Amino acid sequence: MPKTPYYQAPKTKQGLKSYFWDILALIIILAIFAILACAAKEMHTPYQVGSLPEISLEISALPGYAANTVLRMFIALLFSLAFTFIIAPLAAKNRQAEKVLLPLIDILQSIPILGMLSMTVVAFIQLFPNSRLGPECAAIFAIFTSQVWNMTLSFYQSLRTTPKEFYDTAAVFQLSSWQQFWKIEVPFAIPGLLWNTMISLSAGWFFVVASEAISVANQNIMLPGIGSYISVAIANANIQAIFYSIAAMLIVILLYDQLLFRPLLAWSARFNSNYVDDPEPNRAWFYELLIKTRILKQCERMFSHVTEILVNSPKLQLPMINTPPLCPLYYRLAIFAWNIVLCLSVVIALYFLWDFISKDVSIAEVGHVFYLGAITAFKVMILIILASLIWVPIGVWIGLHPKIGQYIQPLTQFLAAFPINLVYPLAVTAIIYYQLNVEVWSTPLMILGTQWYILFNVIAGTAAIPNELRLVAKNLFVHRWLWWKRLALPAIFPYYITGSMTAAAGCWNASIVADVLQWGDHKLVATGLGSYISEHTTLGDFPRILLGIAIMCLYVLIINHFVWRKLYNYAASRFILE
Amino acid sequence: MSKKPLLSLEKVEKSFTNSEGQKLLVLDKISFKLEENEIVALLGKSGSGKSTLLRIIAGLTKPSGGNVFYRDKTVTAPAPGISMVFQNSALFPWLTVLENVEIGLEAQGIPPKTRRQKALNAIDTIGLDGFESAYPKELSGGMRQRVGFARALVVEPLLLLMDEPFSALDILTAENLRNDLLELWIDKRTPTRSILFVTHDIEEAILMANRIIIFKADPGSIQAEIPISLPFPRSTESEGFRALLDKIYTILTTSDREKFSKEKIRAKTATDKHPEYARRLPDVSVSELTGLLEAMESHEIKGKIDLPELADELHLDVNNLFPLTEILDRLNFIKISKGDLVCLPAGKEFSGADILKRKHIFAKHLLAYIPLAKHIREVLDLKSNHRAPEELFLNELQEFLSEEEADRLLRIIIDWGRYAEIFAYDYDEGILSLENPQ
Repeated sequence: MPKTPYYQAPKTKQGLKSYFWDILALIIILAIFAILACAAKEMHTPYQVGSLPEISLEISALPGYAANTVLRMFIALLFSLAFTFIIAPLAAKNRQAEKVLLPLIDILQSIPILGMLSMTVVAFIQLFPNSRLGPECAAIFAIFTSQVWNMTLSFYQSLRTTPKEFYDTAAVFQLSSWQQFWKIEVPFAIPGLLWNTMISLSAGWFFVVASEAISVANQNIMLPGIGSYISVAIANANIQAIFYSIAAMLIVILLYDQLLFRPLLAWSARFNSNYVDDPEPNRAWFYELLIKTRILKQCERMFSHVTEILVNSPKLQLPMINTPPLCPLYYRLAIFAWNIVLCLSVVIALYFLWDFISKDVSIAEVGHVFYLGAITAFKVMILIILASLIWVPIGVWIGLHPKIGQYIQPLTQFLAAFPINLVYPLAVTAIIYYQLNVEVWSTPLMILGTQWYILFNVIAGTAAIPNELRLVAKNLFVHRWLWWKRLALPAIFPYYITGSMTAAAGCWNASIVADVLQWGDHKLVATGLGSYISEHTTLGDFPRILLGIAIMCLYVLIINHFVWRKLYNYAASRFILE
Repeated sequence: MSKKPLLSLEKVEKSFTNSEGQKLLVLDKISFKLEENEIVALLGKSGSGKSTLLRIIAGLTKPSGGNVFYRDKTVTAPAPGISMVFQNSALFPWLTVLENVEIGLEAQGIPPKTRRQKALNAIDTIGLDGFESAYPKELSGGMRQRVGFARALVVEPLLLLMDEPFSALDILTAENLRNDLLELWIDKRTPTRSILFVTHDIEEAILMANRIIIFKADPGSIQAEIPISLPFPRSTESEGFRALLDKIYTILTTSDREKFSKEKIRAKTATDKHPEYARRLPDVSVSELTGLLEAMESHEIKGKIDLPELADELHLDVNNLFPLTEILDRLNFIKISKGDLVCLPAGKEFSGADILKRKHIFAKHLLAYIPLAKHIREVLDLKSNHRAPEELFLNELQEFLSEEEADRLLRIIIDWGRYAEIFAYDYDEGILSLENPQ
């Protein structure tokens, strides 16, 4: 666990110019969705997805489903890694590419993943007609989009902050750009990249469960996996099967946590670039076991042969570095042309978007969707406040007791990975049984999965308070409210902001599944942008899905830029302890 | 027989352009030669551009003008045969000692077996046996710097560059490492022909070098070259050593006076638009100034203060000492000439006064002799609400200085101004004012 708050967005100066690029990126991305949606509209229903196996609620089928789910997860991870290793260096080393890629990733990060699933499903079905590959690709794509932006930004950030002295050393000893990449830049990036990968993977379980079973245009598409199992269980109102799937998921997450997450974190400690030993290293029994056996040594030896050939081969160079311009005039002309192409494509995109949405949707409805967005924004705000009231005191208490923290910290990381949508059915039965108000009681479901980010950031923040400051407070009898006001709250503030920002982003995403709840024939719908997107997905009304996504995107972006980033910058300038 | 010099610099210049588009000269026409079999020290205050010069020689930075020749070839990029030791070792934390030492050989495409053998030899030579598989974080600062030396020497450079290689180490470790390196060089156990190093430690320069090149700042240029013929091993107690030390101190202190008078002439001719208030200020705190003034009292013999002795006792090197004396001189608390230092009445009054009185004296001198302080105070006095944003002054300074330098200058004057209570500053709002804090 990094000792500093991790913050996804790159620290670039937020001027008007960058907003301009953000808006361009938003328009282009939405237009691409519009094209997808347009194509989807043309398609005949029912969609030809080939033969998908029937989902069985037998407990004996569960291990197989779990394996399917895990496999999807790791295929998506492979693609995410590949994307990261191509796009991040490109953005870090080529200024023209950076100008386009960063705003694109910034926007893509705030796109509701589950909202666009319906469009990507239809697109992939069209790409692979009559084959299971279509929905499989869509599911994997959804997981991919939940992981990849975070990883890419982390790698980019590391590439941009690699210490200058490392580059100097590489230059003096004349390492090729290829050697420099693998020997210096990648190792330097590993702790951050790995940590972000793990965070992304943890968040990914939620999406893998949500994307396995999807209903588009009144057609249920179910891929074999835990997500479909639970969705069938919901349709049949089978509470026993729900518990089975929760148990299966717990086992999967436990294995993932113990055999992958923790060993990798322990391994990555060697890449930390400060020259001091971590006083509280991440321990992992599995990693220690591997070290003791010879397997790791053998692997390392084999690995070193491979790297010898791959990394030290004299012919290889990193291809994406800015080549010096041949002639300044041509170079300028090329940039000018590039900018013109960009502007033109934005104009076309804008026209296309307007045309697509305005055909079906009236201005009044757009206004209504904005209103729904405001309701969801209000819900998210209330949830963040409530979660903070609960978790800040608990987090501070845990942070002050590192012995307890040692046990709690892994537990919260484990809970953050658990796909909370598995317990939604339990909440639904409770709401139905006690006849509770849906509008109120379905709301907390949105934050159940992401509240842990607040908790573990607060714990990290409290643990980072220098012991001397705590002793001073004790010495001067600074107690109760004064203690919170002068010591605890300022010290955890930057961490807290990071945590709540992540939690809030997760809430928006979760609202799409948390606003519409089902149990057998019962259907509970809460007012909000999430239910708007979700309901129109079921209907297959693509212009309205697109409208919902666009407006959710706008809300997330505006709140991120004008609330969270402002708060974070303020926190960073005032409260970060050096 | 005249051999070609290993390295020669011809009118090397370096300048930066600031955000206002103004050129700032950092290095001004540096020319010198480095022959085979000599160790040369570049000595000077911080800001004299000696580290920049070393980077240019290493091929890490491009000069704005002039040429660097290594043997016959112009250096435009890092050249094989020139290797470098960095101030903070710059080891890769994820590589073991052995792997760190191997890195230069890997870059040359030397096969693994030969590579390993050479690296192990270098590790032996530099006295790192037994640490081959250690990670840098397991090593002390001195051991890390040894790895830095092994890494630089294993590629068998003819010219070794070192950027303040001992300055991050404590005194004992530095001495130990320095002696080991000298021994290697004297016994010719490395193929390295010559060493060029940057330092701000006068004693270190005299202990190691065959020749010292003294730099002066604003812009960085060569002030003097001093050959040293003392036999190795040298001792700080020897007669010759003391004489050299005095000589160098004299040179370094004369430069202040010279610059001062030169600047006055420049201001008169008014060809230069550089206003008085944009003059560089050294990065020193009020408590350091006070501390030095107090220490001077006890070192006064017949009204004069022996600088080398004072520096020795207070463990001050070129970087710490001269900025302090320079600013005390500009504040008219002391007077420096030819290595001697005289405490003026105001300085004596200051060190004898109590806290409030000191602030009073400091404020008076600050306003009288530091144009930037006077300028800020005048601007604030003129404003009806006696408030001004820091950007106002930053922008003014940036017309003549780099962004970084302007910022640094304002930070220093804010620190002094706050101490003297000639103006107040609010960090959150970034506003300078004449108000007392609420």
